[in-house]
Amino acid sequence: MTGSILEIRDLRVAFTGAAKPVRAVDGVDLALVPGEVVALLGESGSGKSVTLRSILRLHPENKTRIEGSIVAAGIDVMALSGAALADFRGKTVSMIFQEPMLALDPVYTLGAQITEAIRKHESGVSADAARKRALGLFERVRIPSPERRLDSYPHELSGGMRQRAMIALALACNPKVLLADEPTTALDATVQVQILLLLRELQRELDLAMIFVTHDIGVGVEVADRIAVMYAGRIVEIGAVRDVIRAPRHPYTIGLLSTRAQGGRLSGKRLPTITGSPPDLASLPPGCAFAPRCSSATSACLEAAPAAVELGHGHAVRCIHTAAVA
Amino acid sequence: MKDENASAPLLQVRGLVKHFPVKKNLLGRTTSFVSAVDGVDFDLRQGETLGVVGESGCGKSTTARLLLHLIEPTAGTIRFGGRTVGSVALPLKEFRRQVQMVFQDSYASLNPRLTVEESIVFGPMVHGIARHVAQARAHALLERVGLDPVRFAGRFTHELSGGQRQRVNIARALALQPRVLVLDEAVSALDKSVEAQVLNLLLDLKGEFGLTYLFISHDLEVVRFMADRVLVMYLGRVAELAPTEDLYTGSRHPYTSALLGSLLSMDPDRRTVAAPISGDPPNPIDPPAGCRFHTRCASAQAVCAKGAPGLAAHSREHWVACHMFDAGSGHGSAPAKAA
Repeated sequence: MTGSILEIRDLRVAFTGAAKPVRAVDGVDLALVPGEVVALLGESGSGKSVTLRSILRLHPENKTRIEGSIVAAGIDVMALSGAALADFRGKTVSMIFQEPMLALDPVYTLGAQITEAIRKHESGVSADAARKRALGLFERVRIPSPERRLDSYPHELSGGMRQRAMIALALACNPKVLLADEPTTALDATVQVQILLLLRELQRELDLAMIFVTHDIGVGVEVADRIAVMYAGRIVEIGAVRDVIRAPRHPYTIGLLSTRAQGGRLSGKRLPTITGSPPDLASLPPGCAFAPRCSSATSACLEAAPAAVELGHGHAVRCIHTAAVA
Repeated sequence: MKDENASAPLLQVRGLVKHFPVKKNLLGRTTSFVSAVDGVDFDLRQGETLGVVGESGCGKSTTARLLLHLIEPTAGTIRFGGRTVGSVALPLKEFRRQVQMVFQDSYASLNPRLTVEESIVFGPMVHGIARHVAQARAHALLERVGLDPVRFAGRFTHELSGGQRQRVNIARALALQPRVLVLDEAVSALDKSVEAQVLNLLLDLKGEFGLTYLFISHDLEVVRFMADRVLVMYLGRVAELAPTEDLYTGSRHPYTSALLGSLLSMDPDRRTVAAPISGDPPNPIDPPAGCRFHTRCASAQAVCAKGAPGLAAHSREHWVACHMFDAGSGHGSAPAKAA
């Protein structure tokens, strides 16, 4: 796709540390234009976080086999190494994590961590100037009494404030792409809404492209332009938020949307469920990985992995039964 | 106990308090506390599911642990079927046979060196049931929670998925044939597709064994699905208690309304535009005086910082702890005191 800020092509990631290689990501294609937000939705083990981490090459190299291509802002990510890779991380593509307590360094103040990031990536910035920028960032993410908070250590802040500080750190070097790995999952409901609104506002103001990994469809709907649903290492459905939520076409997406306990219980009603559990990534079936749990599966589903079927307006589904209905 | 009055609560909790010491001075005296639970009253009725919701630090899990005497309460009484727990009439061991708990972390709550069957059999054997009887019961329960005993009885916990482990935990809790299950975030760690399966299982088991549930969760949608009544907690105190649909459609306490307002719409055309409340919950080591919610409450007035509101009946089944609904409290929105 021309004009994309981030393009992932046929990404395959296998972890080779165990006896059998674990195929965590199995052929992911995804492209983002500047200023676009894509929610990568899936359950644990679906490969959503692995895909995200591959973009920053965060996987241990001796135990991981990565194939395919990733191009971010014209940079071939797969070819990077050493200083060039360190420069790329945080400056071109930056990331926020689920647990700020683990992502932030506990022995340095927040101000020190942000000024360090700025001065490492941009030579010639004085310590004073970097501190001023850090203060500006803290105001921007709306941390109360920012001047004082710059001299705080991570453990002195509440969970919501720590998450704001991590967002400030991630934005310190003006990245073009922001990767968010379940940034609100560990937060309370009333705080989660505040962080989602903040991220949405910053993303718009800074025209950031963002991939937002989440297991919560509600969060995806709240922030994203497009939703990509992952299952067993593949994107099984992708499309505009409205299309995916209102007219899901993949049986897995349909199932996920209906299993939500929403709107209370009409007397004695049971929840619709998806039977079974997610597959073992070390021994995936040759066909559609969802087939063993799918109520509309036929013998054809077990033969080969289904190709993506285009339904128009960028809505695509990997299911051989979808074409027949369309 | 056989002729129990239908309206008498199965479990009655009064004035439950738990203070955890956090700081000691040079002489080893404790100088500050976390008041994790601070004067909680509620009843658990025979056969109902009472949902408990609230944010982290509100004391919902501490309440569950206090109920089972896994930690000792600082003050308060717990009565089960009319008898005080821990008294001669109802020793702790007998009480715990009747009230069992399922925890959030399905892995940490099972002994990794025991097989599934050994885990389930352990409790009944401690209570004096013969091994072969306990084993037969374990197999029947495994079958019932959807795990084939032939395949699963001999497995170790690391060989199971999260959903399977939580099924084992449920089977283990049921092995003593309890009357009450305390479910502390029992489905929170599960994926949505597996969560739905376990929720359905819990509904089925409740009907089949005539169980009573205390269902603790941070997930308001799941609680709405499971509970008959809901208890909302904030910083160690009860904010509101009401039948489920009353609460979800007609909440009174500003905190409950903020919690419900934080629910995501699932509708791309009705995205949240403003957060219902700002800031994080305050630190429970030094909670705000008066009503603990007044620092984040849009309707707070001077009276809210002074005195803590008591839990008062708003309607017959709907209880609220808020000065706005307490006649004569001095809050501008409070109804006039009846003559």
